[in-house]
Amino acid sequence: MNSSAMYSSSALTSHSAIQISGLNFFYGATQSLKNINLNIQDKKVTAFIGPSGCGKSTLLRTLNRMYDLYPGQRAEGSIMYNGHNILAAEQDINMLRAKIGMVFQKPTPFPMSIYDNIAFGVRLYENLSRGEMNERVEWALNKAALWVEVKDKLNKSGLSLSGGQQQRLCIARGVAVKPDVLLLDEPTSALDPISTAKIEELISELKEDYTIAIVTHNMQQAARCSDYTAYMYLGELVESGVTDQIFMNPTKKETQDYITGRFG
Amino acid sequence: MTGEHSSRQYDLDLETLRSKVLLMGGLVENQFHDAIACFRSGNVELAENVVIADGNVNQLEVNLDEACRQLILKRQPAANDLRTVMATVKMITDLERIGDEASKIARIAQNKSHNRTALIFNDYETIRTLAAKAGTLLHDALDAMARLDEKQAVKLIVQDSIIDHDFSSVMRNLITYMMEDPRTISSALDTLWVAKSIERIGDHAKNIAEHVIFIVEGKDIRHTDYASSQTKDA
Repeated sequence: MNSSAMYSSSALTSHSAIQISGLNFFYGATQSLKNINLNIQDKKVTAFIGPSGCGKSTLLRTLNRMYDLYPGQRAEGSIMYNGHNILAAEQDINMLRAKIGMVFQKPTPFPMSIYDNIAFGVRLYENLSRGEMNERVEWALNKAALWVEVKDKLNKSGLSLSGGQQQRLCIARGVAVKPDVLLLDEPTSALDPISTAKIEELISELKEDYTIAIVTHNMQQAARCSDYTAYMYLGELVESGVTDQIFMNPTKKETQDYITGRFG
Repeated sequence: MTGEHSSRQYDLDLETLRSKVLLMGGLVENQFHDAIACFRSGNVELAENVVIADGNVNQLEVNLDEACRQLILKRQPAANDLRTVMATVKMITDLERIGDEASKIARIAQNKSHNRTALIFNDYETIRTLAAKAGTLLHDALDAMARLDEKQAVKLIVQDSIIDHDFSSVMRNLITYMMEDPRTISSALDTLWVAKSIERIGDHAKNIAEHVIFIVEGKDIRHTDYASSQTKDA
């Protein structure tokens, strides 16, 4: 069906930043991703939706090998990023995570000052002068739309901020090391509606400079924030495409059942 | 339609919406049928009933509009559900307009019975075929809506152009009467208004068919030649 022509074609013109092909993933004997093939478009927002346990968080975690922390895991297939398969054993995990940053569901500020929360990661990769570091911290906090709120209390603990501010601090920490890709794993599920709106606003600004992949349980959030949506179920990628099309006229009945709440 | 929602109330709300739209469709179909019967017979009481029935149709439009707003507010429908709700909002407008046109026909029928002596040509005969075709189109459009039959809907859209064409020939006919005998002008104009209302009812029936295609296939085919290209292929 030639339905894509009806939907915003501007989203279709970019090229892919990450190419996932034939990806299988196992936690021990359990296979949680089955033959995933998906391109993540450069400087666009791609949303992963699906019921709990469908593998969307696992998929996100393969993109910067966060899964390496779990025991007994195994990944097959390839995830090409900048011409390299990031699943390869020789991949430098630290460099990978500097380029592909991640923000989690619960805000995870370090127990240190707001300033150091940002500077900590930068110091791992770069040797900046004090002035340069100050600039970088301000730049990152501005990117995360937090600067105005914290500029007078940079020495206060990151834990003193509200939940929404903490989450934006984590996003600032993520962008401070100047990554290419930001992975957001349910970044607003622990936040109130106003903080959620601020994060969503931020996502639409950040996609000017970054490729973003977001996992969300909030269907409307996926519809609002993303350019592309991928629906997953039981470790399989059921359908992916332009967000407007997925939410208005999905091709597969399974997708339609899920997004209209006819599931299970 | 497809399977059930996790929320039974959501299913119930959608089903209520659907059955009320069908009820409204049945009401306007009767209105149109009765209005044409009055125009033929000059039955003033029946004509009055058509006008009164329009009040019920108007009230249903308001109620259904509100029901759609509530559904959007509470359920944030997506995909086929969203298409159903959006198409419903549009279809009830078409149905309400059909009711209005039927009322117009009924009012003309009321007035004409007062000065029936002035009638020189058979005004009902002039619009009989047109009314029959529009009546069938309306009935079939409501049927396609009830069964969500997009194939039937496509065929109906093409038929509306036949009604438009018939309206033009009715108009030429009436102009001829008026030119030949100025005493026919008053009733010829009345008949022309009736013909125009019938033609408009055909247009609204066509719109309903287009909405059916939107609900089923997710294609917005308004202002395109989709229907004619589809029927040519078939």
